[in-house]
Amino acid sequence: MKLGEAAAVLRSKNSGPFEITVDALFADPALYYKIKDSGVINKALVSKLYNIAPERIAHIVFFDQALGFKITFARTVSSGTFLDRDVYGAQQHAPLLELELDLSQGGDCR
Amino acid sequence: MTAQQFTILAPCGMLGYGFPKDSFMRGMEHRPDAIVVDAGSTDAGPHKLGAGTAIVSRQACKKDLEIIIAEGVKANIPVIIGSAGGSGAKVHVEWTKAIVMEILQERGISGIKLAVIWADIPHAVVAAKLAEGRCEPLGVAVKPLTKERLEATTGIVAQMGHEPIMQALEAGADIIICGRAYDPSPFAAVAMHHGFDAALAYHLGKILECAALCADPGTTKDCMLGILKRESFVVKPLSEKRKCTAVSVAAHTFYEKDHPYLLHGPGTVLNLENCEFTELGDGSVEVRGSRIERTPVYKIKLEGAMKVAYRTFVVAGVRDPLLIERIEEVEALVKEQVHDYYSEIPQGEYSINFINYGLNGVLGELEPIRKPAHELGVVFEVVAATQELANAICSTVRSTFLHYGYEGRKSTAGNLAFPFAPSDVPFGAVYEFSVYHLMEVADGCEMFRCEYAEV
Repeated sequence: MKLGEAAAVLRSKNSGPFEITVDALFADPALYYKIKDSGVINKALVSKLYNIAPERIAHIVFFDQALGFKITFARTVSSGTFLDRDVYGAQQHAPLLELELDLSQGGDCR
Repeated sequence: MTAQQFTILAPCGMLGYGFPKDSFMRGMEHRPDAIVVDAGSTDAGPHKLGAGTAIVSRQACKKDLEIIIAEGVKANIPVIIGSAGGSGAKVHVEWTKAIVMEILQERGISGIKLAVIWADIPHAVVAAKLAEGRCEPLGVAVKPLTKERLEATTGIVAQMGHEPIMQALEAGADIIICGRAYDPSPFAAVAMHHGFDAALAYHLGKILECAALCADPGTTKDCMLGILKRESFVVKPLSEKRKCTAVSVAAHTFYEKDHPYLLHGPGTVLNLENCEFTELGDGSVEVRGSRIERTPVYKIKLEGAMKVAYRTFVVAGVRDPLLIERIEEVEALVKEQVHDYYSEIPQGEYSINFINYGLNGVLGELEPIRKPAHELGVVFEVVAATQELANAICSTVRSTFLHYGYEGRKSTAGNLAFPFAPSDVPFGAVYEFSVYHLMEVADGCEMFRCEYAEV
């Protein structure tokens, strides 16, 4: 199953002009906890998916009440200046949509 | 304080975005104690702050304010506008104040105490705090604020907390126009002024500043009611089209913040980790368990923008598969030829950039899929120290690209399809957020001067 199919909401947005924050929210608690407990969503994965150094990732946090997780990382170019491609940061979630989750195999991601 | 509940009406998530009047009037039937609306955002980039322009049109801002002010005055409740004009700098506050004054005059409303809270921070203050080591960049991506960059910064604002707004309320202000404010602050201030808990007040403010965005379906263009109690608060949609659920309200704390449950504000950290969200069965949700801590040192967030260059750009399409196949290679060759042609101009004085939609336009270097579409949208831009130079170089990039004889070309009459004539668009100034810093202050009121007028 792809993360884009598993999540009810998968979005990105600026959190301030220097960071992008990606939210994944789930409708099914079982699926949410499965993904959370599998540990597949981690800095190594995000670093690879977004081609950024792990130290540029500010947070990866799960929030059970909202059935979701958040990934926040530093932008390479700040919002709205020369060489920025996404002023609102609203289309930076796409690499996570395609992430293949293999939850039956003890949570490996391919 | 004896009141057991305090009700705030939030008309919309951004002043000027509009709201259904039905929803607003349904909110007024609940006899709210205040109307509070956020007008600010940095989402649209540094240009608004740098150039001193607004996010919404004057017409849209006035349309919303006419209803808000008329009903607020009629009900004799305070009206508070946060981050006036979008960026909340002097020019934005004055722009908003002029609209408010016009409405008051046109409607013959008098006997109003108007408060304006300025959020502009003088360059000298920032320079002094930097020198003392009491002003630090917020995050690894923020460039150091050198003397040159500080001087080039056109305006600096800081996000205010609840303190200066409470001061204005204590002074008896009916309408308060805030310069740049931390989005939840105006909501928190009015509730705290009436003795309600700071944690609940800020959490409610965090939700109401986006109005109905926490409902399902969510939108910033509809009204929301917040009812603060002693141990909890309730959020209530005002349109039958939407309802709040425990998850929709909990999930809202995620929105455009770096952390899902730790929210840093001026002088405070709000902790929502142990909140409980309970559906009340009528589409509203009750929230309890919000916590807040005062930070040991009071810090305010500064925002400032500087002009970095002038831009000229061109939008074009490419449909020829032979060119699509080698688009990046051809663009590099075009760039090289332009550099050669303008050999008398140092290459550091201008930059040429290509964005290839259909290849990697949105994600750039981060794009994992490298297969181009059957047609590409190519945007190319030149930035330079002056508009004239950007225009001149861009014109040469365009003509060079249009006729470039790349290897294997068959379409010898032209490489680009322009949708518009003229093709070259002089864009004007390009800005950059040059200040995004945390600055230590003595207290929440030190930097925010309040001014009153009797109307």
